[in-house]
Amino acid sequence: MRRYFGRKLFIYALTFFLAATIDWMIPRFMPGDPVQNMLSRAALHAEAAEVMHGYYTRAFGLDVPVWQQYINFWIALFHGDLGTSVYLFPQPVLQIIMRAVPYDIFLLLPAILLSWLAGNKFGAFAARSKWLDNTISPLGYILTATPYMWLGILLAWFFGIVLGIFPIAGAYSFTMRPHLSWAFVGNLLKHWFLPFASLFLVKFGGWAIGMRNMIIYELEADYSHYLEALGAPRKLVRQYAYRNAILPQITGLGLDLGVVVAGALVTEVVFSYPGIGYLILAAIQNQDYFLIQGCFLFIIIGVLLANFIIDIVYVIVDPRTRTGMQGETV
Amino acid sequence: MSLQVENLKVYYQTLGGDVKALDGATFSVADGEIMGLAGESGCGKTTLGHSLIRLTPPMRFIEGRVTLDGKELPVWDMEEMNVFRFKKISIIPQYAMNAMNPTRKIGKMTAELLESRRVNAQATWPELKRRLDLVELSHDVLNMYPIELSGGMKQRMVMVLSTLLDPSLLIADEITSALDVSSQKAVVEMLVEFRNQRCCNSVIVITHDISILYQIADSIMIMYAGQLAEKAPTETIIHAPRHPYTQLLISSLPEIGVKHDEKRLSGIPGRPPLLLDPPAGCRFRERCPVAFDACLEPPPFTEVASDHFVACWKEA
Repeated sequence: MRRYFGRKLFIYALTFFLAATIDWMIPRFMPGDPVQNMLSRAALHAEAAEVMHGYYTRAFGLDVPVWQQYINFWIALFHGDLGTSVYLFPQPVLQIIMRAVPYDIFLLLPAILLSWLAGNKFGAFAARSKWLDNTISPLGYILTATPYMWLGILLAWFFGIVLGIFPIAGAYSFTMRPHLSWAFVGNLLKHWFLPFASLFLVKFGGWAIGMRNMIIYELEADYSHYLEALGAPRKLVRQYAYRNAILPQITGLGLDLGVVVAGALVTEVVFSYPGIGYLILAAIQNQDYFLIQGCFLFIIIGVLLANFIIDIVYVIVDPRTRTGMQGETV
Repeated sequence: MSLQVENLKVYYQTLGGDVKALDGATFSVADGEIMGLAGESGCGKTTLGHSLIRLTPPMRFIEGRVTLDGKELPVWDMEEMNVFRFKKISIIPQYAMNAMNPTRKIGKMTAELLESRRVNAQATWPELKRRLDLVELSHDVLNMYPIELSGGMKQRMVMVLSTLLDPSLLIADEITSALDVSSQKAVVEMLVEFRNQRCCNSVIVITHDISILYQIADSIMIMYAGQLAEKAPTETIIHAPRHPYTQLLISSLPEIGVKHDEKRLSGIPGRPPLLLDPPAGCRFRERCPVAFDACLEPPPFTEVASDHFVACWKEA
């Protein structure tokens, strides 16, 4: 057990190192100069611009050689410093991200978990009879093949514009200040509903299809046939099949949870929802090295953490992993 | 008479039409009899075994009557058969290696299966342990997952599980095919021991390995192309077969003491017919060295001597 997790941790550490390196490289390979970009908005006098350019380049630590920048990146990272945003200067990147993260979790966590639960139940239910299979399965295929933003736009158009019952932009009304009151929470939920629904529906279709296929596969497995041959009631056969069919779904859930902080980039853009996805778009458009870097770093940590949790969950739910640990193959 | 089968026909539904995998089988298995069921691949022996206990699509029941201990089995009805399964009729499947749920401990799975059949698991436990001793399995296997067992151990565990409720008829489908010869011998001897201890009454052993049957079977039934060819006591089938197919099949087996670089082992020329549209009359006609005019009509499966049935016009 210890060796297994030790090895896993080592692999995760290595992955983190490589991913963070690539994360550092990507924005720096973009053509253009972030400081220039920032100063051009201010429309300064040419000479003043030159001075300012020199000042900001030093301030962001972009005047030293690239290898030095890379080492400085790691040193800062170990001090919990993600740098200062260029686009929202002079706010620290960490502070900007921390402000956006709650919205992502609030939007994605319920969408991922609820769609997983409902999709699995429905998928298993659909595999039960020909009639249900013929109605639920095509619906699932259509939903899962729908792009999030397209469904988002449709929902925004229908519920927001035509019916006018839901707002279509922002996390809360611009006239409100965040505070704890029923009015504000209600307003928050009203803004949350459409982006949530667009994510939920698409994910739901995927899970339902996956579960339906897995259940059918398990019901055709030898152990199911054997149970039937010994006269086990349908209930027991289905219960076993469901328990085994859910294992790959758990892996899928882990991957989905990993991108919980950024999995809704396009949805957030469609609904102007102030999460990390929205932030990433703004950061790229403004060549904000440090903000891009910081956002991606959060995604990396999220994916690795979720994978690690799923590793642990798997050890609990699938005895085969546990047995495998005692062998040489760990 | 433990098991009686009358004119059982089970076809496979395919897009090309019905494949007549089992076309009119009439035979019986006596109390305590171990009957070997042999034939080449695709002759319908597994179809016969499965249609007695779990007849599912693409298999389709056409006609016939199956009687076990005087009661007719509703083999065509998946739900109604549940009353008989496990308690009256049971199977050790061909896929015994994968027959147990991989994510449940074997003991827990057994208990859940028993409870689902309204059998008190606790009351059955001492007998279960006694039978594990019988097949030389440690009681610890009940606390293990199937992947922790070797192939031979799984085979024996499934054997114990299938016979736990003392079925009147046990179908052993290719139980030795995946094992090495020493395990084969151990498994078949255990099967005989189970019968002797009345853990099951009659047994049908489905295999293509006639030498295994020679060791354990009381009688052997030979099938060819979906029909019965011959059924007789084991000694008779081995030493005095009367159906031309059985004769050729037995003569194709290697004999101890014969060096086959001196005497080439003879086979049966030709191939079995396709069962989608089998030829009229005797299905062995094309390959039969003694075929004559009468063989254009299907031969009846008649008793030519006591307990010796043959489907051949030469013998009728």
